[in-house]
Amino acid sequence: MKNKKFDFKDYIRQRFFPHIWCPGCGHGIVLSSLLRAVHELGLNKNEIVITSGIGCSSRISGYVDFHSLHTIHGRALSFATGVKLSKPDLKAIVPMGDGDALAIGGNHFIHAARRNIDITAIVMNNRIYGMTGGQFSPLSGCGKQATTAPYSTIDREFDVVDLAKSAGATFVARSTVFHANECKDIIKKGINHKGFSVVEILTQCPTYYGRKNKEGDAVQMMENYKTNTVKIGSKKLEKNPGLIQRGIFVEKNDVPEYCEAYDRIIETAMKGQA
Amino acid sequence: MVKDKIIQHLIEKEWCKGCGICVHFCPKQVLELDSNGKVEAVRPEDCIACMLCELRCPDLAIQIIENQEKEYEKQ
Ligand code: SF4
Ligand code: SF4
Ligand code: SF4
Repeated sequence: MKNKKFDFKDYIRQRFFPHIWCPGCGHGIVLSSLLRAVHELGLNKNEIVITSGIGCSSRISGYVDFHSLHTIHGRALSFATGVKLSKPDLKAIVPMGDGDALAIGGNHFIHAARRNIDITAIVMNNRIYGMTGGQFSPLSGCGKQATTAPYSTIDREFDVVDLAKSAGATFVARSTVFHANECKDIIKKGINHKGFSVVEILTQCPTYYGRKNKEGDAVQMMENYKTNTVKIGSKKLEKNPGLIQRGIFVEKNDVPEYCEAYDRIIETAMKGQA
Repeated sequence: MVKDKIIQHLIEKEWCKGCGICVHFCPKQVLELDSNGKVEAVRPEDCIACMLCELRCPDLAIQIIENQEKEYEKQ
């Protein structure tokens, strides 16, 4: 469909729209960026499998008109691993919330990265559990308000990029929903990369995180993504090292991909049998 | 002969949740919310088809269609 002008409607299950996300929820912008990425890559809808777990973000698998699996909390990567090993030609994309990816599914996350299986994990980081009512997540960080932290949080947060890097992911990038075009380009690169790709996208939850932490409405939260982030290595970091960096942090092509390594083992084993 | 672009704002009012993201970030103040809190292109002639509204709408409720068919002699 690449030569046709992009139209959302070619890629979604229209019967489920309007979607369930709150007004101004950034997850819709991630969805839109993902659809554009798929369009620009010229992928056939049947070549893609979207696997998701549980949470507001995970509802994305119901809206896309691709192969889709809506699975259990934190285990989307495990299901995707199974699908990918049995059908390695499919492009496996796993959109996850921050809690789903790094609390409930933290173990699956690091091991998928370590194996370097060809899956694109999109971590939609809004720093809170939205669907269940605004509990703090491992991405909330210290001094934040949440329904489970009325006197503010004392837990430090993960840095998704550093974690993915040290766990062995061979493509690691970050963007925000304010930077929708950059977001699309990074998703494209993540999908094209052969190996485990982690794309962290900062996305607003105005309903819980925004309201609890007095960060304003969706518009204000997006303005904050503009002012609080910079491209990797920007000069602005000298003055303000607290700015969050956006861009591609890791892109390695010299690590064996898991499905291919597994195929070679099968080949070796079959020879041994003969 | 020059080509004149006709820009259309295709708005799915049923899907729009009135978050105001497109209104706020439009560089030309083309968009406003109507009395029902749904987006409307009130100054379509000012639109520069930058697509920012379409890119950032979380509800996939607005699309920019550019028609280049209208051709006319430049006076
Ligand atoms: S609760 Fe938060 S994350 Fe969930 S749909 Fe609403 S705004 Fe989005
Ligand atoms: S960004 Fe989308 S949902 Fe929000 S007001 Fe504009 S058209 Fe409506
Ligand atoms: S395309 Fe650009 S100028 Fe036109 S309405 Fe959208 S944001 Fe405004």
